[in-house]
Amino acid sequence: MPVSGAPYGAHQIVLPEPFDESLKDAPIDLETRIEMFRKQHQIRQLEKRLYTLFLEGLVRGTSHQSMGMEATSAAFGAALRPDDYSFNTYRGHGHTVARGVPPEPIIAELLGKATGLVGGKGGSMHLTSVEHGMMGSYAIIGAHLCIANGAAWSAKLRGTDQVAVAFFGDGATNIGAFHEAVNYAANYRLGTIFVCENNLYMEYTPIAEVTPVTHPAADRAPAYGLDAAIVDGNDADAVYLAARTAIERARTGGGPSIIEAKTYRHGGHSRADPGKYRPDPEVEAWLEHDPIPMYHQRLLDLGVGEDRLTAIIQEVAAEIDRAAEAAKSAPEPPAEALWTNVWANGGSQWRN
Amino acid sequence: MAELTYREAVAAGIAQEMRRDPSVVFLGEDVGGAGGVFKTTAGLLEEFGPDRVVDTPISEQAILGAAMGAAMTGLRPIAEIMFADFFAVCWDFVANEIAKSRYMTDGMVGCPLVIRSGNGAGLRFGAQHSQSIENWAMAVPGVKVVAPSTPKDLIGLMAASVRDPDPVLLFEHKALYPSKGEVPEGEIVDELGKARVLREGSDATVVALALMVPRALEAADRLAAEGIHLTVIDLRSLVPLDTATILRSVAQTSRLFTVEENPRLCGWGAEICSIVSEEAFWDLDGPIVRITTPHLPLASAPNLEDLALPDADRIAATIKAALG
Ligand SMILES: Cc1ncc(C[n+]2csc(CCOP(=O)(O)OP(=O)(O)O)c2C)c(N)n1
Ligand SMILES: [Mg+2]
Repeated sequence: MPVSGAPYGAHQIVLPEPFDESLKDAPIDLETRIEMFRKQHQIRQLEKRLYTLFLEGLVRGTSHQSMGMEATSAAFGAALRPDDYSFNTYRGHGHTVARGVPPEPIIAELLGKATGLVGGKGGSMHLTSVEHGMMGSYAIIGAHLCIANGAAWSAKLRGTDQVAVAFFGDGATNIGAFHEAVNYAANYRLGTIFVCENNLYMEYTPIAEVTPVTHPAADRAPAYGLDAAIVDGNDADAVYLAARTAIERARTGGGPSIIEAKTYRHGGHSRADPGKYRPDPEVEAWLEHDPIPMYHQRLLDLGVGEDRLTAIIQEVAAEIDRAAEAAKSAPEPPAEALWTNVWANGGSQWRN
Repeated sequence: MAELTYREAVAAGIAQEMRRDPSVVFLGEDVGGAGGVFKTTAGLLEEFGPDRVVDTPISEQAILGAAMGAAMTGLRPIAEIMFADFFAVCWDFVANEIAKSRYMTDGMVGCPLVIRSGNGAGLRFGAQHSQSIENWAMAVPGVKVVAPSTPKDLIGLMAASVRDPDPVLLFEHKALYPSKGEVPEGEIVDELGKARVLREGSDATVVALALMVPRALEAADRLAAEGIHLTVIDLRSLVPLDTATILRSVAQTSRLFTVEENPRLCGWGAEICSIVSEEAFWDLDGPIVRITTPHLPLASAPNLEDLALPDADRIAATIKAALG
């Protein structure tokens, strides 16, 4: 029996709510919006290119894409300070780009090249760039929520006002680590921001089939004495406003926040999954509720010229082209790399 | 006889036991509606229904806890931990609860359950989704540990595990899922704790497990062409361990090699090495040599992953060098 009590396999189709047009008038300055526009395109175009490279047989292993989910990463990318910390999951290409990591080392990492972000050792699921505050991509569900607390604690003890953001999925709210992390952060008033990107599905199973509440993150917040914000995760402005509030609270010692961003992935769970378990009307409605064309129109409505937006899109495209070519022609990691960086001395020796 | 993939053998093995015994239930993440993330369990939900095939939340502790409680009270659960690496988030249930209950209760509470999991590397999944953890499992007193290398063994050992009164961890090798093998018609029931001698040769004994079995066989083929003849043993079960088969073979060949995917330190071969040196020292004509993945995490780049795992080249070269 599904825990939710719904008859088995009776998919509750969850349709997006229409975009909130009034957000056009939200107090967000135009340059920030342009930045979010650019970041969304950087993510979308990177993901599209990675998919092509996968079809060419160049991306090995697994990878999890975020086409359709760009707005949340982009909004946090714009709202965070460069020295803030972020922690994300295996579905982390977008979160990595959003912190300012250039596309070339990301592509190279997925191609298993020496010039990859982590030298070819991590792959798609373990992108990390400490210089960008991007403290890693974690592939064991739930772990990084607890780890983000440690970063927030450290910021507190060191007397900086850095915040720590943990991005995770709806499915992650059912693992013990989620509950431990939220309770811990709330109890010690840590500056951790828990961002659940609720895309309605775990791998292939709808979250509603295994969770007795409607909002898997937000509905749990009261149990830990927290309020949660539920936002349209496909509207960068909506996410930005919630992010700004949560970041301000965290910076000023007000403690953690939970944000549940409602979104949907355009593709399957991982690159090999066509996502056929999702009902057509649901997929179609969410494809319509695409963050990118909506934001394009919003910026036009705000008086930004089409030529400026087009120029940004073309710049991004050129950057991705360059990055993909460079990554493709990079060498694979040298054999010696196998033996490096187990220890702080750069080596891996365990006996004399 | 029918040819099945190792992947199809998983569902066939589970289905065989579920048809036979209504107390066998199956639970795990994405195992029912989706048929498993490796498509290993397709068709089970349709045949046995949602009462016996349960799609769970992402809650490994709850999965193993529920399996244990159900096993304590009359069911025969098969639980899936999708990737063996995820055992780390629910190890309490394996190491402290399931493994200890019979002993701690002086025989009162047993846990007849099976935990099956996708183990091992080869798919370029990186450090958190590629580990071979059979040596963690075998380090815990109170759990049995099996790791089949063929579709037929998978079905037979699954059946033996389900019917066993004690908890069994069954490691499927992810890189073997597409491999094929002949499977006889009718019920297949194997025995835990029985190794299988796959080929006999008088120069050395090679003991391998799971993905390392086909690689050891390939190395043996190549060396045979050079006049070096190997006995290759598929261990199949780590606990109980078929020491008799190994010792018998070492008595004949006088040399022993282990081929292990687990990282070097405290890998299963170390235990075999120790047993053979204690019990068959005078049968040996030379040192026992372990061929293992180095003591390293695994990288995702294909060339680095390939360098880390023992392959037929390394196995053949090491054996040849050691035999002189
Ligand atoms: C502890 C653990 N259990 C299971 C998995 C396998 N797994 C990877 S992604 C995933 C679904 C996660 O769903 P969700 O949290 O909603 O994130 P999404 O993939 O939708 O972004 C599962 C079950 C894992 N990586 N770690
Ligand atoms: Mg999800």
